[in-house]
Amino acid sequence: MELKDTREIAAPRAAVWQALLSADVLKECVPGCQEMTGSAEDGFEATVVQKVGPVKATFKGAVTLSDIVEGKSLTLSGEGKGGAAGFAKGGARVTLADNGAGTALHYEVDAKVGGKLAQLGSRIIDSFAKKMADQFFECFQAEVEGNAAPAEAPEADPAENAETTEAPAKKSLLKRMFGG
Amino acid sequence: MPKDGGIGDSTKRREDIRFLTGVGNYTDDINIAGQTYACFLRSDVAHGTINSIDTSAAEAMDGVVKIFTAADFAQAGGIPCGWQVTDRFGQPMQEPKHPILAEGKVRHVGDPIAVVVAETAEQARDAVEAIEVDIEELEPVLNMKDALADGATKVHDDLTSNLCYDWGFVEENREAVDQAIKSAHHVTTLELTNNRLVPNPMEPRVAVGQYSRANDEYTLYTTSQNPHVIRLLMGAFVLGIPEHKLRVVAPDVGGGFGSKIYHYAEEAFVTYAAKVVNRPVKWTSSRSEAFISDAHGRDHVTKIELAMDENHKFTAVRTDTYANMGAYLSTFAPSIPTWLHGTLMAGNYTTPLVYVNVKAVFTNTVPVDAYRGAGRPEATYQLERVIDKAAREIGMDPAELRRLNFIKPDQFPYQTPVAVMYDTGNYDATLDKALEMTDYANFESRAAESKARGKLRGYGLAHFIEACGIAPSNLVGQLGARAGLYESATVRVNATGSISVFTGSHSHGQGHETTFAQVVSEMIGIDVSLIDIVHGDTSKTPMGMGTYGSRSIAVGGSAMVRATEKIINKAKKIASHLLEASEADIELKDGQFSVAGTDKSVAWGDVTLAAYVPHNYPLESLEPGLEETAFYDPSNFTYPSGAYVCEVEVDPDTGKVDILGFTAADDFGNVINPMIVAGQVHGGVAQGIGQALLENTVYDENGQLLTGSFMDYAMPRASDVPSFSVDHSCQTPCTHNPLGVKGCGEAGAIGSPPAVVNAVIDALQRGGYNVDHIDMPVSPSRVWAAMQQG
Repeated sequence: MELKDTREIAAPRAAVWQALLSADVLKECVPGCQEMTGSAEDGFEATVVQKVGPVKATFKGAVTLSDIVEGKSLTLSGEGKGGAAGFAKGGARVTLADNGAGTALHYEVDAKVGGKLAQLGSRIIDSFAKKMADQFFECFQAEVEGNAAPAEAPEADPAENAETTEAPAKKSLLKRMFGG
Repeated sequence: MPKDGGIGDSTKRREDIRFLTGVGNYTDDINIAGQTYACFLRSDVAHGTINSIDTSAAEAMDGVVKIFTAADFAQAGGIPCGWQVTDRFGQPMQEPKHPILAEGKVRHVGDPIAVVVAETAEQARDAVEAIEVDIEELEPVLNMKDALADGATKVHDDLTSNLCYDWGFVEENREAVDQAIKSAHHVTTLELTNNRLVPNPMEPRVAVGQYSRANDEYTLYTTSQNPHVIRLLMGAFVLGIPEHKLRVVAPDVGGGFGSKIYHYAEEAFVTYAAKVVNRPVKWTSSRSEAFISDAHGRDHVTKIELAMDENHKFTAVRTDTYANMGAYLSTFAPSIPTWLHGTLMAGNYTTPLVYVNVKAVFTNTVPVDAYRGAGRPEATYQLERVIDKAAREIGMDPAELRRLNFIKPDQFPYQTPVAVMYDTGNYDATLDKALEMTDYANFESRAAESKARGKLRGYGLAHFIEACGIAPSNLVGQLGARAGLYESATVRVNATGSISVFTGSHSHGQGHETTFAQVVSEMIGIDVSLIDIVHGDTSKTPMGMGTYGSRSIAVGGSAMVRATEKIINKAKKIASHLLEASEADIELKDGQFSVAGTDKSVAWGDVTLAAYVPHNYPLESLEPGLEETAFYDPSNFTYPSGAYVCEVEVDPDTGKVDILGFTAADDFGNVINPMIVAGQVHGGVAQGIGQALLENTVYDENGQLLTGSFMDYAMPRASDVPSFSVDHSCQTPCTHNPLGVKGCGEAGAIGSPPAVVNAVIDALQRGGYNVDHIDMPVSPSRVWAAMQQG
């Protein structure tokens, strides 16, 4: 499965870069993240609870950073093991470029899943992954732009998924408006 | 009119009473005091090296009794393969070890790595999650042709390549076939895939192992089609348990379709583990687990060439097939693409020269073995699809091209160029019947009517012949079978005249308990309610080879007939004593023994009572009692055949195929119970339609099974199949078994896929689309895509 997109972030490139390397920011923004420890140099350890279609699991995994070109680009790669649910692993190449006063963040994700996740969730895994990425970068953007909203744990139940794709975004907006 | 309850009567299935009222006794219904529960940790990668397995955290969890890994089975043998194929160079196939639990490497998603035995099923599942396995992933081997390339990653490091065997048949004809094709007037070529299927019987597999320290005896309750075979394979080759210390019981079994023939690792596991933990051990497969651990079916990729002369007579057939074995050799796997496939490539036709090449390939997928039809659907599909294409190319009616090339009724027995000799058949008769039943003559007007509604109507015909009722033991022994394929029966007559028949044929949906009783009822002339059919328990029945290859009535039924004949012979001796008449003058009719030409008679019950209360009995010349056993080894296969017609409508806007009618005109020889035979055909055709339109097994590029649940693997539903028209009035009885019967269990699944696809192609051609093939499943998206190309 491959995903790529570009996000326009209204913050200078250095600030975006710093946020990318921050365990706190990552913890805040990775949907369903329960724990995130470590550092950019040594890699991060993460615990993420997610539900993909009928499969709900706690994924434990390590994320390492490599191919770092200071302030410009890096590769995140990791593998999460979800026990009986299977595994998810992959890499993301993230590139930053100046874009006026802000920064263009481009990412290319290559991910694969295995075990029950693939067996039961293959039908919805692409849309699920896209949603995960959208939520991550939406939150990330908010964090960096200084308008932080807590990451919503996404629901990826297929029935709900079809009907309420827009819900988390709306919820965030409401929360921001009412300070929730 | 058949006698009520006898041969030819559509007696209702007696077993249905318990099935329909929820009082069947399936393996999962068996719960033994002190029972523990097993849960398998299975590989979630297709191919990898196991660096380490850490069970310490799992062992400390609540309820865990013991955790097993491959190390616990160091003394056990691998799961054996029951058939050794010799390749075309005279060398035996490559045969890798198939361990009970993965040793060092995992080779498919679902390959078992470790097992937790715990107090409850939930505790076992929880503990499986806590086992830490470090697997270093290796490149998966998935595409069969790539797997055979030089330098390809190997599924089994100790084999020379991923090639199991390169089989040629008939090898001596290779050059002659090449020559015939080179010099042919017309050659039609077709490349096709026979899609991989997941069998999906309604009841998933279950195994319960029990060990008795008192007498060192093991019992395995399992969802098997052939408990004796499991006892032999597991006892002799895997666990080293002598047969007299091992009992295998296959109670009510909810469908098998082939997938429950094989000896599986889980059976050996629970049997062995029951001794180690000294408690019964139960394993129940989930549906998800079944998708990645039950042997799959089909998965052939083939190129077929059909050569014709200027008179449209077939002169040669040449095929080139890649057959997927999966990661290990399942029990009968090597025989399916070879002896159950190559021997069918003459079909119903007089083609004098046939050459079949099959390359069997190891891949990082679930093992592939027999699935309803097993090799014969693959053969029939190729042949009947290429004939349809040939008819189109030469502008001839497909029915007439077939008829022109049929083996004619006066040519039987017919020696084919592919080893088998058909005893009887009348292909013109079934063709005529099918054309008449489907009103072929008026198809054009129906097509016009569909066209007026904006739909494309198609008519698809397919013939099949199959070799079933397997099989002559001496023949299959020469072909590499590591077993005999006879069947046995014991007929035990009780003192008051009721009868228990113990048969080696297992019934898991086929209705043996009804049909077998009908046969004995007919032979003796007593009410069918006095006869019970007992099967599925090695402690009760003599050696049995089980149920597959449409062999039950032809082989198991014949053994029962032979044993019943022995009973009748002995009963006549007793009757002659009671009647003080010559044995030669004793006649048995309607349960009465009478002296020919007199009104003297004695009833069945009087004779059976005398056998067990031998006060007035010829003890000096005859043993008391009335129980006989017979083994029957068939002298040939049986060769049922039929003409199947499918009529479809294709929606040109969406590519959706609707089956408007499906007609099967079969020749099964003599029929014991027409209703049950019709039911067998219905089920087989439904499965064939499933293969043709819906079912497909898809692995992604990493070897992950994407169609691993009923959300993604499309089983046919009632709304996907029409109300079938079936007929078996064309009967050319088998000449070499006592009942004159031919197998009927697999026919529907063999003949139907090409009929469906032929109909779809016909519809598209009539609609002006130049489409000559679509691979199964012929889904709306594939049909629509083909229409855009055509």
